[in-house]
Amino acid sequence: MTWEYVLKGIEGAFEMIASLDVEVADIALRSIKVSGIATLMAAIIGIPTGVALGISTFRGRNVLRSFFNGMLGIPTVVMGLILYLILAPAGPLGSLKLLYTEMGISFGQMLLILPIVVSFTASSIESVEREIRELALTLGASRAEATLKVIREASAGVLLAVIAAFNRAIAELGIALMVGGNIFVRGGALNTRVLTTSIQMYVARGDIDIAIALGMILLGIVFVITTVSNFLQSRWVLK
Amino acid sequence: MKRVLVAILLIVFVISIAWVLQVQHQNQTRVLTISTTTSLYDTGLLEEAIAPAFKEKYGIELHFIPKGTGAAIQDAKNGASDAIMVHARSKEVKFMEEGYGVNRKIFAYNFFVIVGPPEDPAEIKGLSPVEALKKIAEAGRSGKAIWVSRDDGSGTNTKEKALWKMAGFDYVEVKEENWFRRTGTGMGATLNYANNVGGYTLSDTGTYLKFRKDGLISLEALVDKGEELINIYAIIIVNPEKFQKDFEGAILLAKWLTSREGQKIIGQFGVDQYDKPLFFPIVSVLEKKEEPIYDWILRYGLIEDGDKLTECPQRYRYQSSLTFFEVNQT
Repeated sequence: MTWEYVLKGIEGAFEMIASLDVEVADIALRSIKVSGIATLMAAIIGIPTGVALGISTFRGRNVLRSFFNGMLGIPTVVMGLILYLILAPAGPLGSLKLLYTEMGISFGQMLLILPIVVSFTASSIESVEREIRELALTLGASRAEATLKVIREASAGVLLAVIAAFNRAIAELGIALMVGGNIFVRGGALNTRVLTTSIQMYVARGDIDIAIALGMILLGIVFVITTVSNFLQSRWVLK
Repeated sequence: MKRVLVAILLIVFVISIAWVLQVQHQNQTRVLTISTTTSLYDTGLLEEAIAPAFKEKYGIELHFIPKGTGAAIQDAKNGASDAIMVHARSKEVKFMEEGYGVNRKIFAYNFFVIVGPPEDPAEIKGLSPVEALKKIAEAGRSGKAIWVSRDDGSGTNTKEKALWKMAGFDYVEVKEENWFRRTGTGMGATLNYANNVGGYTLSDTGTYLKFRKDGLISLEALVDKGEELINIYAIIIVNPEKFQKDFEGAILLAKWLTSREGQKIIGQFGVDQYDKPLFFPIVSVLEKKEEPIYDWILRYGLIEDGDKLTECPQRYRYQSSLTFFEVNQT
């Protein structure tokens, strides 16, 4: 086996990216949109849950914490399979008509990354909780003010949780493939092809150069997002 | 606190807008979801040739979900698709028998090929498919050859099982032997694997030609003749009494696929790239009774219905404007 076709693939990939191939751009933007919506939904539900779990001490809190911790590593293919069975028209949530749609992928990825947001948020709250709260109370803050202070102090960790969640969502294949279906119609409004599903498809078809191009774009997105978040975080902490 | 509230409201707003837009598109666009086989899909025939032409003519978007034939049928049973396009007659009949599918129409054919390393250690070049498999098993048992099987319930795998049976082997037993490798994946990955280990495998012509032309594999087509290797593609529409799907739209697709226009598009696909068609139109063969293909289609593509052979037996037909080919058994 020679390295020739790999090099040819990389060369073709650069050409494709440089020429701003419309189809490639369309797929990349869809990836960002679908996983972005999933991350927003997970943040809305997950951050309050995580904060509540981190601050309060109620019965069953530990059970919930271990549940979310356990779900952190759920394999995406298992999640995809479960969601496919639930969302299929013959399944319990078939009437939502989410199977083979963008929203269906977002919904599935939201469930996938929710544990990341919840667990990481709760952890970062816990790590600052006692110290900050006691300090604030000593300085004469009310209980509510002390709680707010805790949340503000933990916000860098929460941001990290959201970024990690987005990266997991955009990089997963199982849900996008089984719930999305990798549908592509030129000029169609209901396409569901995203970066990961198209990479696996082009590899299966033997179109290595397109697969490499898409793979580099996916890496690029993850890299940029992580860099920006690192930058934001360092400023946050310094403040 | 106020800022957080505003942010949350804004996010909720954005998500609901996206949701509403999607529902709107869903209601505006007429869509047919077709579960299909990877061998049709991976060549590009469906998305690059059939979908654009059909959309232009009827304004209906075709959404193809590629899976193996077995999985495609399961997809339709879950109510996910309006029709299936597959290539495994025994499974198709079962699908209709169970009441999920109606109105089967055959629309294209090509041939499977047995491919293998250029050195051909089992010496099968030019043999009949059944003889070739016997030779490969013999060479395999003496450690000189490897057989690679998809073993994924696909149409190609169904054909492979039938061929092993014809050669006098029990697939369930033979697949446990150490010269028999199972990939459990699609055609492309299986060809790559066979290429890497220097093994033999059964492939559809389309995928093989594509991989060969792109220089990804050096496997040779060693056995490509013989009626047993014929590969017949059919469309079956989901029974409207089982699921509320777009039955009329699916009928339109079946009709168009077997129309002069649809058949022409199928026959011309890939000619520019590979110098020969990847799929052959089937309707003209039936009309003109072109031998020997006509005879092979009768034997491998039609279904018995009393004293007749037909593409869709009377009891599986659902009222529509489709007509079905039938011929008296001789």
